[in-house]
Amino acid sequence: MAGFSVSRYAPERSAWGKLTARDSLVRKLDWPLLGSAIALSFIGSLLVYSATRGRDSLTHGDPYYFLLRHALNTGIGFALMVGTIWLGHRTLRGAVPILYGLSVLLVLAVLTPLGATVNGAHAWIIIGGGFSLQPSEFTKITIILIMAMLLAERVDAGDQLHPDHRTVAKALGLAAIPMAVVMGMPDLGSVMVMAVIVLGVLLASGASNRWVFGLLGAGTAGAVAIWQLGLLDDYQIARFAAFANPALDPAGVGYNTNQARIAIGSGGLTGTGLFQGTQTTGQFVPEQQTDFVFTVAGEELGFLGAGLILVLLGVVLWRACRIARETTELYGTIVAAGIIAWFAFQAFENIGMTLGIMPVAGLPLPFVSYGGSSMFAVWVAVGLLQSIRVQRPISA
Amino acid sequence: MSNIPETGRTQRVQIRLVVIQVLVFSLLFTLGGRLWYLQIRNGQEYSDEARNNHVQQVVQPAVRGSILDARGVPLADNETRLVVSASRTDLLKMDDDGKGVLTRLAAVLGMKPKDVFDKIRLCDAKTPQPCWNGSPYQPIPVTDEATTQQALEIRERAEDFPGITAEPTAVRRYVAPGKANTAQVLGYLSPVTDEEITKAQDTDSPYLRSDQVGRSGLERTYDKELRGKAGVTRYEVDNLGRVIGQAKDDKAEPGSSVVTSIDARVQAVAEYELNDAMKVARTQFDKNTGENYKADSGAVVVMEAKTGRVVAMASLPDYDPNAWVGGISGKDYARMTSKKSNYPLLNRGIQGQAAPGSIFKVVSTAASVQAGYPFDGHYSCGSSYTAEGHTYQNFESQSHGPITLGRALEVSCDTVFYALGYQQWQKDGGMKPKKNAKDWFFKTAHQFGLGKETGIDLPNEVTGRVPDRQWKKDFWKANKDAWCEQAKKWPKKKDFNTVLAHENCLEGMKLHAYDSINYSIGQGDTLVTPIQMATIYAAISNGGTLYDPTVGKAIVSPDGKHVSMIGPKSHGKLPASAKTLKEMEGALAGVATRGTAAWRFGGWPQDKIPMHAKTGTAEVYGKQTTSWFATYTKDYSIVMTISQGGTGSGASGPAVRNIYDALYGLDDSGKQDLKKALLPTPQKSLPKIQHDGSIDAPEIKPYDPNSQKTPEEQTLAAVLGRRD
Repeated sequence: MAGFSVSRYAPERSAWGKLTARDSLVRKLDWPLLGSAIALSFIGSLLVYSATRGRDSLTHGDPYYFLLRHALNTGIGFALMVGTIWLGHRTLRGAVPILYGLSVLLVLAVLTPLGATVNGAHAWIIIGGGFSLQPSEFTKITIILIMAMLLAERVDAGDQLHPDHRTVAKALGLAAIPMAVVMGMPDLGSVMVMAVIVLGVLLASGASNRWVFGLLGAGTAGAVAIWQLGLLDDYQIARFAAFANPALDPAGVGYNTNQARIAIGSGGLTGTGLFQGTQTTGQFVPEQQTDFVFTVAGEELGFLGAGLILVLLGVVLWRACRIARETTELYGTIVAAGIIAWFAFQAFENIGMTLGIMPVAGLPLPFVSYGGSSMFAVWVAVGLLQSIRVQRPISA
Repeated sequence: MSNIPETGRTQRVQIRLVVIQVLVFSLLFTLGGRLWYLQIRNGQEYSDEARNNHVQQVVQPAVRGSILDARGVPLADNETRLVVSASRTDLLKMDDDGKGVLTRLAAVLGMKPKDVFDKIRLCDAKTPQPCWNGSPYQPIPVTDEATTQQALEIRERAEDFPGITAEPTAVRRYVAPGKANTAQVLGYLSPVTDEEITKAQDTDSPYLRSDQVGRSGLERTYDKELRGKAGVTRYEVDNLGRVIGQAKDDKAEPGSSVVTSIDARVQAVAEYELNDAMKVARTQFDKNTGENYKADSGAVVVMEAKTGRVVAMASLPDYDPNAWVGGISGKDYARMTSKKSNYPLLNRGIQGQAAPGSIFKVVSTAASVQAGYPFDGHYSCGSSYTAEGHTYQNFESQSHGPITLGRALEVSCDTVFYALGYQQWQKDGGMKPKKNAKDWFFKTAHQFGLGKETGIDLPNEVTGRVPDRQWKKDFWKANKDAWCEQAKKWPKKKDFNTVLAHENCLEGMKLHAYDSINYSIGQGDTLVTPIQMATIYAAISNGGTLYDPTVGKAIVSPDGKHVSMIGPKSHGKLPASAKTLKEMEGALAGVATRGTAAWRFGGWPQDKIPMHAKTGTAEVYGKQTTSWFATYTKDYSIVMTISQGGTGSGASGPAVRNIYDALYGLDDSGKQDLKKALLPTPQKSLPKIQHDGSIDAPEIKPYDPNSQKTPEEQTLAAVLGRRD
């Protein structure tokens, strides 16, 4: 808990000096993590621009419509990260119950007339001005935070070596509430991500193996039950069917995956060049600025460019893993592990579906896809990781 | 910045964090591997797909070349019609599969909705015509006879007719100048099939989805030349088909024209006369069957004797080739392919085969000379001939006592040829054939080009049949099982068929005396086509050269600049010396002047235009006799046949005479008026095609069968209602 207080006794420095001083906050930040995240966002904005500049029906004739909004979202996200670092994850710890409560309320609000349906999922709140909110994105963070808070409380206090069953059950119960709501939207993709987050959190918390395997078993049983009971909508079943056999209906459900694969496959080693992709220019891939943004990279930047995105994601995840391992409290470890599970699974699902190895689900690619809520949530998560890294003390 | 945990974080958590890290990176490696697989390993395949995806072809069909007669009169050309087409792909995207649109369309076009549905359904084994047998991705024509009003309505209310287009389009027209239908010779077009597209993909003349392909006749033989090259503009398009750039533009090249040796006027005469001869035949009583002749089908070939070029070729029953344009209707298709209509699609000039009867005797005569019998020897022409216990009647002539071969040919004496055929059979070993049997009669027939195609430039010519030893063996092998099965009833059952089956089962592979005897006069299992006989008689006329018959005479480029002639080609010489040919000519002239055809050539100016003829009346088991009439002058050879039509000279004689009259401009008394002559000598020059593609074609007047008659005869014909 020494850290920052030392500076109080140091001689006065210029503002720049303060920022760049050996022991300053800025110096302590995980720069490879931040650099990779910024690089991903930059590539993302190029890809979003490439994917949308010709889509007049979406852009109302302004080719920069999405680029500007994407840049704005990234800027807000960046600011949220700075704010999160500034506050620190430990300070936020106190506010976690409130944040959790707020996020559950927001998710519930979607079910009221405020909510809107996009692509089959009733998961949005339209704000106006072309902006909309997808509360399930924030819920991903609050689930991580509330579970981490509960699970780490007595361990960090030194009372226990591992969280006890009661605490685990309580944490799971709190995670289940928003998940159930999101499931009802239905936003199956987000529920899948949340389930993986819960798994990551449980693993990192040191909870008994029984819980981990029990959760895996419950997840499998739940999936089977959902399938058997016919709780899935037709469009969801169709997505799975198209995944199993893309040739099934190339003009219908299989169209997305087929076109996505053609786009990526045709990129070859070096791609067609930015803005030169015929699949992208011809708008053959639907939802290409959001869920299918990776296809733009695949086609226009080729194996090298798409591979670079994988490498940058790899750096983010590698640094996050380091942060999880090196932080001194279980709370930080759990939060970092939750974020790792979130980013890793969401990126895998998103890229995997464009490559045809995962079924289609409406999930954005972290940092890269167009979409405000996702962008904000992802950058807040980066803020949390950085805060854990710099061991920011509880501010007054 | 190594951090030793300050709190006592357990080993369990540390291990699990490593597990998480390993899992995370294995996910990333999976993605990387898959990315490599798609982009590097299979990249080419996907770039090809992407190219197909975004390049849309707009095809500008090439104008198909015309088929012209020898003087440039178009037999098949193109006219612009308003074609209303429906795109299946667009219609199937609609909730009701386009039923609503098509029903509205039917109302505008004044058609029944069902007819419209039928027109655009795809052909398969279970779907009867009408149906579309072209590519399902090509707009399918619903009608090519839309009025301007209808087309305007469809275009103005485009929102009511998604997937429907109304465009002026060049469509095939079979002109039938002067009523010269020429149906089977011209052939017809139908849309290219997916199979054909695939097959022709890598050749130098690939098909486009919009192509029409020649299915028979000249349209098929010269399809490649006529088709030209469609113009293709390749546009880069987006997912909605909106054009975002132009990739390639190939202008359409119109097809070349095919100049034929057909003379539309002669063709019209031939068609008229054949039809008329058949009509007359149907009024004649057949004593053998006790009913009128059926005259169910017939063919006539008019050929240039010195080149093998076909001046006219008619086959009945025929059809209107325009019925195929714009998709054939169910009714028309059924009519054209039904047994009841007697298969009008067949070109009986090259696809009709029948026993030749006595017109075969030129082969037997040449065979006898080859076998060593002197032409001027004396051969007994009795009223019947007995061999091996069977008696064979002299059908066509009376007994004449000993006569020369020439005279036997002239009077068509069967018994002379029976004897020669039987003697040769005996010489070759009879029922126990020698190893190297001479088989002069069969050998000669093969040398005359029988039993194989003449090589005419029309598709699906049939070979006819020379029933030689090899054929007997093959035929026996193919049928012995059935024969021997039926023969098991023998000797309990002794009806004709069982006895025959018994004999065939035991000895069907052998050449019998009766086979050779029947064969010597062109009866029995012998089959020939009119084009084969026309080729043979032309060869006798021209000194012995068997020409491959041709209908196409030249291929002329659309601008008229490039002409490639289709020259006469020979497939052999007649196996007869010049002397023998001359002697045969004398005999055949005798047929026309004093023999079996003389009564049909009354008043013919034999001194100016020497006429040679041979009649034939072939027996067909279970049917009425086939009428054959083979003739030639120094320039032309004309062969006519009428199935179940009666005798050679009786049924076909007047028609052939009238065709000659028209060719040479003769009246019944034999007076020549060259102004009236359609083609006193074969057409040598080619029609001139201007650089803009237009042709100076002479006007054509329909054939007036009475124009050659003297005024008195015309009056008489009018009173009697028919001629002769």
